[in-house]
Amino acid sequence: MYIRATGNISPQKTFGHLSFLPEAVGYAGNRLTCIEPDYKELIDVKLIRRMSRIIRMGVAAAMECLQEASCTMPDAIVTGTAYGCMEDTGLFLTKMVEYKEELLTPTAFIQSTHNTIGAQIGLLLQCNNYNNAFVHRGFSFESALLDGMLLLKEREAANVLVGAIDEITNTSHTILNRMGLYKQQSISSLDLFTANKSKGTIAGEGAAFFLLANDPGATDYAKLDGLKTFYKPEGIDEIEKNIAAFLSDNSIGYNDIDLIIAGKNGDAKADKIYDQLQQGIFANNYLINYKNLCGEYPTAIAFAVWLAANIIKTGTIPHVLQYTGPEEKKMKRILIYNHYLSLHHSLLLISAC
Amino acid sequence: MNDPVFVAGTGIISAIGNNTAECLDALKNGQTGIGNMHYLDSVHSQKIPAAEVKLGNNELAQLTGLANTKSRTALLSLVAAKEALYNSGITNLSALRTGFISANSVGGMDKTENFFAEFLSDNRKGRLRNVVNHECGSVTELVADKLGIKDYITTISTACSSSANAIFFGARLIKNNILDVVVAGGTDALTKFTINGFNTLMILDEQLCQPFDENRRGLNLGEGAGYVVLVSEKIAASLQQKPAVILSGYCNANDAYHQTASSPDGNGSFLAMSGALKKSGLQPADIDYINLHGTGTQNNDIAEGTAIKRLFTPHFPKMSSTKAFTGHTLGASGGIEAVFSTLAIQHGIIYPNLRLQTPIKELPFTPETTFIKNIPVKHVLSNSFGFGGNCSSLIFSKY
Amino acid sequence: MDKLLLDLKKQIIAQLNLQDVQPEDIGDDQPLFVEGLGLDSIDALELIVLLQQSYKIKLSNADEGPKVFRSVKTMAEYITAHQAQNA
Repeated sequence: MYIRATGNISPQKTFGHLSFLPEAVGYAGNRLTCIEPDYKELIDVKLIRRMSRIIRMGVAAAMECLQEASCTMPDAIVTGTAYGCMEDTGLFLTKMVEYKEELLTPTAFIQSTHNTIGAQIGLLLQCNNYNNAFVHRGFSFESALLDGMLLLKEREAANVLVGAIDEITNTSHTILNRMGLYKQQSISSLDLFTANKSKGTIAGEGAAFFLLANDPGATDYAKLDGLKTFYKPEGIDEIEKNIAAFLSDNSIGYNDIDLIIAGKNGDAKADKIYDQLQQGIFANNYLINYKNLCGEYPTAIAFAVWLAANIIKTGTIPHVLQYTGPEEKKMKRILIYNHYLSLHHSLLLISAC
Repeated sequence: MNDPVFVAGTGIISAIGNNTAECLDALKNGQTGIGNMHYLDSVHSQKIPAAEVKLGNNELAQLTGLANTKSRTALLSLVAAKEALYNSGITNLSALRTGFISANSVGGMDKTENFFAEFLSDNRKGRLRNVVNHECGSVTELVADKLGIKDYITTISTACSSSANAIFFGARLIKNNILDVVVAGGTDALTKFTINGFNTLMILDEQLCQPFDENRRGLNLGEGAGYVVLVSEKIAASLQQKPAVILSGYCNANDAYHQTASSPDGNGSFLAMSGALKKSGLQPADIDYINLHGTGTQNNDIAEGTAIKRLFTPHFPKMSSTKAFTGHTLGASGGIEAVFSTLAIQHGIIYPNLRLQTPIKELPFTPETTFIKNIPVKHVLSNSFGFGGNCSSLIFSKY
Repeated sequence: MDKLLLDLKKQIIAQLNLQDVQPEDIGDDQPLFVEGLGLDSIDALELIVLLQQSYKIKLSNADEGPKVFRSVKTMAEYITAHQAQNA
């Protein structure tokens, strides 16, 4: 199956059909925030007024993706989000507590449901087709992707719009910070991999959509060859076994992989897994990391898919990704390996058309 | 890919019973589970009736072995999922490729809303253990870990159709030979967040709800969990107690009309039901019973009824909404009603649409008002429609 | 009355987050729903709470909604009538 089009709103300049990462945007502190476009050109102004930031980002990314593919009616819309619409959830909760369950208004509640973004896209397009929403932590996007891939395989759909959306709000940042997820000392996000190892990562967010299609088109980015997830592996041996099985299922070996995109996030403990693999089974592969650009969040792997698709399509790797291999190397096959909180491990294989 | 997927086991907990047998008794005896709230501490608990599970978190913790500090959503889920697995008679789970596909809409909100009261006064306050399982997926993992299921777990949240989509997705994972066994369904606990949310929409009935009645006033919220154990044909054949019900059809469509309201002609509902029929290769006249979404709101019931009128005229099957018993359990409703649908086939029974007095004038059919037994039930259509226009229908059939 | 009309317009814009709409853009008699300002059933629920919060008026019957919320003027008249009643 083919990645026909993409739409990506992230802390980098990824939106609006720009060239591939024209410059890297750095952030100080432990929180990266999406660069948002002017939505009025993308969404009916009458609809925007009720949409919180994440809904706008999701809908706009979806619209850009569909526009790129000149697709007005996808056969299916499937979204993945771990946290859902947190701003609206927080707003309704706050008012509920402050007003002691009286005099509440419905808008924030209505918009807080986890299927809001997929539903809003369906509503905007007047699309009566399949519409689903997965909300499983570090597997949210992967589940949505699997659903989409199966719909294509089952010939229930010829194309599928699949997206990942997660936001960080002041409230969620405060709470996750208290849980110890983020770095306590200030660093520059672009130095994430070169700074001294320490506890915690940097918070990120994003909205990335992809149009997947069964049949090839003239302007496809890449092919999506395989997807595998595994939950709570016992240790590095089980992780390596899963990776080996995935490659064997796809009939390839480590030598067939031109580039690995890995999910290092700057947290000393989380990164140990990536380091072990880089010294072990990935030792002879070129490898880059990406979370210095988008931060860590449960659906960050969608940013890696966007990167892989663009690396293959443009044949270039932006300098900020610290690629150390030969420049002339053709990127025909990319393996993405990501884990979230060491619980949710994911593998994706993307290749040139 | 066209091999049948069997229902090997069912598990349920709801306001009318803590297991399948208790729920079945209440359905037979016409006992509703809706009344004043005793467990949820809300300013509305004496004014707005709801269908609470009649066990506190301590009792649920004892039943399940989960800590009583965990979200009620997880506690309810584990009770029903355990029953479903036990009921399936599968003994070698670890040797099979097993999945847990669970739906919910509130996640750990019952704990988060208590955390928030303290957090808002001072953002250094509030016990973190009360928000650590806030995410919908976290609730699923608490349960999956207790069940010992690891091969594939995920969570679906499409409001009131969540569980139907979970069952549907689980069946497809089996059909695509990714898994052998899937425990699929959903769970939701009552929370202040949902009670107040639906209250702002002014669609809560301050009396006992009357789905599909001309004078219906709104819905009563409920809580609970319902799961089916889906297995491949090969696993079904290996079981001592041979499963006799299959999931023969399913469809997910979107109404694309309004964020909360259904279109007047019930377009999404029509597409979901007709798509499920097409998938199963059945004709409308083949359906023996429809377990209605039937929330009791003006809007849902007329939209759903109109879609049924469009699709089924002149062959109207027997039908009823069991939400007059269980309340509207939101993310759990498709799971609970999948269990009821399976039981209808297994036992040859049809449930009454409690409290139906005056049928809706514009509709040419009347849901059943009495419990019917000893009747052949071969094909059951189960509807789950909801916010965001998400409409899903499932068809269960005798095999 | 003029002050009440202006207050209401400002409150409606704020409560419903009407973007790029100024109080003077809303005519006193302009229909608020569908063809006029384009409000819908969710907005109606928001306006019910607005009446409760700002004017301590509880719309007991949701069926009254369409009549009361027909325009800013009908809202103002409803509020004035209620305040006179309670005075």
